[in-house]
Amino acid sequence: MMKELLVIAISSALVSNVVLSQFLGICSFVGVSKKVETAAGMGGAVIFVITIASIVASLIYDFVLAPLGMDYLKTIVFILVIAALVQIVEMFLKKCMVSLYNALGVFLPLITTNCAVLGVAITNVQSGYGFVQSVVNGVGTAIGYTIAIVLLAGIREHMEGNDIPYNFQGSPIVLVTAGLMAIAFFGFSGLL
Amino acid sequence: MNKYIERIYNGIWKENPIFVQMLGLCPTLAVTTSAINGLGMGLSTTAVLVAANILIAALRKIIPDGVRLPAEIVVVASFVTIVDMLMEGFVPSLYSSLGLYIPLIVVNCIILGRAEAYAMKNGPILSAFDGIGMGLGFTIALVLIGSFREILGAGTIFGVTVTPASYQPISIFILAPGAFFVLAGLTALQNKLKAPSATNGSAKKKGKKSACSGDCLSCAGHVEESKEEK
Repeated sequence: MMKELLVIAISSALVSNVVLSQFLGICSFVGVSKKVETAAGMGGAVIFVITIASIVASLIYDFVLAPLGMDYLKTIVFILVIAALVQIVEMFLKKCMVSLYNALGVFLPLITTNCAVLGVAITNVQSGYGFVQSVVNGVGTAIGYTIAIVLLAGIREHMEGNDIPYNFQGSPIVLVTAGLMAIAFFGFSGLL
Repeated sequence: MNKYIERIYNGIWKENPIFVQMLGLCPTLAVTTSAINGLGMGLSTTAVLVAANILIAALRKIIPDGVRLPAEIVVVASFVTIVDMLMEGFVPSLYSSLGLYIPLIVVNCIILGRAEAYAMKNGPILSAFDGIGMGLGFTIALVLIGSFREILGAGTIFGVTVTPASYQPISIFILAPGAFFVLAGLTALQNKLKAPSATNGSAKKKGKKSACSGDCLSCAGHVEESKEEK
């Protein structure tokens, strides 16, 4: 059991990294990675939301959709649940955990449109994961996202003073960097 | 020019969702490993886009402004579910190669973006043509990128070998890093040609800023600004 969970965690965080090999959440990956500090904030918010979302989505699937045979409604239900959840989490943090809200608050609305959250919920169902496996997969995926975005932000900070050819300034050089990171992450496929 | 034809021209050329607006990058990168995958993804997105545009345009006076986004999401998600089930039934091989990315059409910025920017303001027929134009623009772009990657990475196009036997395929182009390199090359080319594109800030910004108004690559600018204000 423990070994299986470890395999799920490593494979979702490193081997099939959510951004670099599955291309989910590219928008925020490229957009919010100008500074390490903001990238870490975004990563924290994504870990937070994906963990809660995979818990809630897994519970809803196991106890509502699957017993009632309404499997086909999962896309609609998950997207609404995630959108509502992000709103609730934002309101809850604002009232009860002000310091966490100040750290993560601005990123929360961005996450609703982050396809990684819905992607994790659907992957969990498609792979037939139970509750514990779903949560582990969710946390692993979110950690993988955070690793990738913080690394990219670190590289971009170093590139700032570099003399980049005019045509590659802006997004092209970021995409080249992401491509090189994806090659580096191929190395992890030997882990499993 | 006829206003219906104009909509299609607009979607395919003037405001092409991928080449000009840089919307929907996740599927663009993920499914363009071959031309046929790009075509399948493009056409299924087109189907959802047209159907959602028609229904949202028809309901635009009934939907209260306060629940605009949730209502649009429900409409889009319903059509995505229909497309998902149809594909599973009729084209199972394509369905399994696109996999996760079919349900993820729901969060494709192009669809919500068109619903917000166009279908909420125009009638069903014009919106349908807008959906067809945008969908075809998306499909053409995906097929072009897919063909490019397939020729370089596997030496084939639509599964037919086109390169001479002496050509050694550069298989990295059909793997994950290749997607980033192709898109990097494309955006660099747009910078060089000074082509209108969201990535170099020369595409026209239209409509209000909504949940996702496109321009993914620079959308973070707003986040950092609003953080500094606080």
